[in-house]
Parts: sequence; structure tokens; C-alpha cells
Amino acid sequence: MKNSIRVRTEQKAEVTEVKMLIRHPMETGLRKDSKTGELVPAHFITEVVCKHNDADVFTAYWGIAVSKNPFLSFTLDEVKPGDVLAISWQDNKGGSDSVVVDI
Amino acid sequence: MLSLSRRKFIQGAAAYGLAASFFLSNTALAKWPSKLFSVDKKKDFIKEIFGDAAIEESALIQIKAPEIAENGAVVPVSVQSSLPNVESVSILVDQNPRPLAAQFVMRPANRSNIATRLKLAESSQVIAVVKSDGKLYSSTKNIKVTIGGCGG
Repeated sequence: MKNSIRVRTEQKAEVTEVKMLIRHPMETGLRKDSKTGELVPAHFITEVVCKHNDADVFTAYWGIAVSKNPFLSFTLDEVKPGDVLAISWQDNKGGSDSVVVDI
Repeated sequence: MLSLSRRKFIQGAAAYGLAASFFLSNTALAKWPSKLFSVDKKKDFIKEIFGDAAIEESALIQIKAPEIAENGAVVPVSVQSSLPNVESVSILVDQNPRPLAAQFVMRPANRSNIATRLKLAESSQVIAVVKSDGKLYSSTKNIKVTIGGCGG
């Protein structure tokens, strides 16, 4: 299957901007199915881990309020050519995916 | 015959190693604070989430978001801070059923800039709480929502 994470990096004057999109339904567990009227079970990403050359940049803990197909962008300092960025996520149902990109 | 079983053994060992490392990384990461994310908006959620620590308003935190969001399901929100040694950034939406939307725990940085998209159930105050040098700072912004983010 195609990777669910898409990453784009852009070198700015001082920092590198990283933008990413994850394909995920992000169901809150509070929404009702319009046909059956039953609650759609919660299915959302709980954790996103981002590493820059094996050093943690951040761990994001997400709740149900993050939109479907989440978008995330952040800036990185001290990026050298050849650096790698590793991003992975986990959801509440045990699903996960990861990607490693060259900056 | 010997070489075949040896290969099988190596394959098996490799698969086992892979499974073991996956399991390890899984347990190492399994620390999602479910308690914080299940705090209800009807409670004094700031206190439930951050405890009794004082939270100071800070002009060094900037929330960028539209003042009127047409679609509450996708509201772009960005939080910029120039506070020193930022350890974590939390984003809360006060009128959502579960106010805590996202919490970023990061290696201490002097500049943090995070942008994401959130669901807003209705017009809300978006609150950013930044932990810097062990202290909590906050900033708020009102967002008006014309269509809620929880419709089917």
C-alpha cells in the first residue's frame, strides 16, 4: 500500500520548513452514521513522532479534534545537507505507519 | 539439507528480531495521555489538564487562525512562540466536547512554530499553552464557526 505520510521540506533563510499530510479518517467516536444512525467508532491518530537524524524533534499527542487527513507543519533548525527526517504515527486501533525522508 | 535448515533458522531469527524490535518500540511509545484527552469541557478543564500551576498570558505566543471559519471540520491553526526553552505546546478548544486537541512535546527549542488543522464543534476560544523554562504561558483567540465540525 502507498505510504500514508507525505512530507515536503523547504529550505528557508534560517530554518527548514517541514510540511506533512497523513491519510487517516480521524473518527471522533461522537459522530453518527447518516444511514444507520449508529455511532461511528473512534479511530484517530494518538501519536506522531518526528526524529531528525535519530534525535527527537517532537512527539505529538493528538486527540479527536485534529481534522481528517491531518496536516502538520513545523520548522527545524540546524539542518545540513544529507540529513534525514523520520516520521511515524500510531492510532488508537493499533495501526501505524512511518516514513524516512532526506531533507 | 543442512544449508536449507540453516537458512530457515536465519529467516526465523530475523523475523523474530523484527517482531521484538517492533514490540519494544511500541511499548516505549505507548504513553499517550488518554486521561488528558478525555477531560470533558463541562469540567474546569484547564485545571484538570495542567494542575494547579499558574498560567500566565504571554504576548510572545501568537495564534494564527481565521476569525470566522466557514467549516468547523477543518480550521487551520498555527501557534508560534518565541519563548525560551519551549518544552511543550498544547492546543485547546474550549467548546469542543474534549477540549485538549493536541499536545506537542519537543526537545527544548527557542523557537517553535507549529501549524495544523483542527475540528471545532462550534464557535470557540482556541487556547495555546506553552511550557517554557518549566513555566506555563498561554494565549487565546476567538474563532467563529458557521458550520460545526461534528455533523455527519
